[in-house]
Amino acid sequence: MSQPATDAEIRQGLAEILEEIADVDPANATDDKSFTDDLEVDSLSMVEVVMAAQDRFGVEIPDEDVQQLKTVGDAVSYISKRQK
Amino acid sequence: MSFSLPTILPGRGARVVALGHYQPSRIVTNAELSSRIDTTDEWIRSRVGVRTRHIAAPEESVTDMATAAAVKALEASGLAASAIDLVTVATCTPVIPLPNVATQVAAALHINAPAAYDINTACSGFSYALATAHHAILAGSARHALVIGAEKLSDWTDWNDRTTCVIFGDGAGAAVVSASDTEGIGPVVWGSDGVQGSTLRVESRDGKIQQDGQKVFRWATSSLAPIAMSACKQAGIEPAELAAFIPHQANVRIVDLIAGKLGLGAAVVARDIIESGNTSSASIPMALSKLTEQRQIPSGAPVLLFGFGGGLTYAGQVIASP
Repeated sequence: MSQPATDAEIRQGLAEILEEIADVDPANATDDKSFTDDLEVDSLSMVEVVMAAQDRFGVEIPDEDVQQLKTVGDAVSYISKRQK
Repeated sequence: MSFSLPTILPGRGARVVALGHYQPSRIVTNAELSSRIDTTDEWIRSRVGVRTRHIAAPEESVTDMATAAAVKALEASGLAASAIDLVTVATCTPVIPLPNVATQVAAALHINAPAAYDINTACSGFSYALATAHHAILAGSARHALVIGAEKLSDWTDWNDRTTCVIFGDGAGAAVVSASDTEGIGPVVWGSDGVQGSTLRVESRDGKIQQDGQKVFRWATSSLAPIAMSACKQAGIEPAELAAFIPHQANVRIVDLIAGKLGLGAAVVARDIIESGNTSSASIPMALSKLTEQRQIPSGAPVLLFGFGGGLTYAGQVIASP
C-alpha cells in the first residue's frame, strides 16, 4: 500500500474482514467492541483475522502482540501506528 | 485419466498398489467427553470439527493396529507376505523404544528379513515414510514395501485438558508400494522448522501432548498451501487437475483453509477427522484407504497427500490412486 490507510479506512477494512471470516455484522464492529466477548470471534478466527489484516494493510502482527488486541479500537490504533 | 508423473530413472518407478486401515472398535462421542470435562459438542465441532474418535483398548498397541492395517493392505495387494522386502512404520507413539514397531509388524506377518524401520516426524510421518520407500525402490534396494502410519495418541493425551483431548484419536493405515515400470509417486516436497518445534510437544516420558493451538493454526494456514502447491508443481500437475486432496487431518478448519487456497477443481477433500479425530501419522493413509474403498477416487487418478505437524515437519507428494 503506497499511502498509509486512515483510521477510518482501517476500521472499515477490519469490519469487512470480520464479516467475511467471523460473520460479524459490520455495524457492530465499533472501536469499543471486544473481539471475543462482544463479537464472539473465537481464537482461531482471530488468527485468521490477524493474517487477513496483515495482508490488507501490509503490517506485521506477531503472535506476541495479538494477545494485546482486545478490541476493534486496539487493532485500529495498532495497525495505524505500524503503518507509519 | 491421462496423467503421468516425472520419472527420475527411465523405466523405473513405484506405485501404491493397495491400501488398508484399522480403527479400534470403541467410539468416543463429543457427548461422552462433555459428560467428563467442561466442553460441549458445539464447541468441539466449531473449533476442531471432530464428532467422534476411535480409542484403542488399554492392551491394544500401536503394533497391533499397524499389523491389522497391514494385513488388510497385503490382502488387497494379492501379494504373499514373503514378497515384502521393506516395512516402514511412521509413528510418534510407540509403547517401547525397541524393538521398533516395523520389526514387530514384520514378525507378526511372517515377513522374512525385510528392511524394517520406524520414522518419527509426527503428523507428516506417512508422507515421509512413503518417500523413503519410494526412494528405496527407485534405488533398487526394495521391490515391495509396506508403508504404515499408526498411532495410539490416547496414551499421550491428557484427558483432563479440554484443549487437546477433544482433538485426538487412535488408528492405523497401510499401503503396499511396489516397483513398476511407470512412475506412480511424484517427487516429495519435505522439510521442517525446528525453531517452532515447541508449539507441539511432549515434555517428558510421562508427559502428555501440549500445543500452542493458535501458533500451530497460524503456521498451518499461512505457510503450508505454497508447499502443497510446490508438491503439485514438482509432479507436473495443476491443483485443479487433482482427483483428491488428502491432507493430514489436523483440524477441519485447517483442512478447509488449505484446500481453499490451492485452487482445487472437482477434487474430493478428505475430511475423515470428523469421524476419526486427528490420528497424526495414521490420518492420511486411513483417509486415503477409506476414500478408495468408497470408490470416491478413480483408479490411476492424481491424489495429493500432504502431511504436516509436530517438529514442525511437513511432506507431500502426488500419487496415482491404486
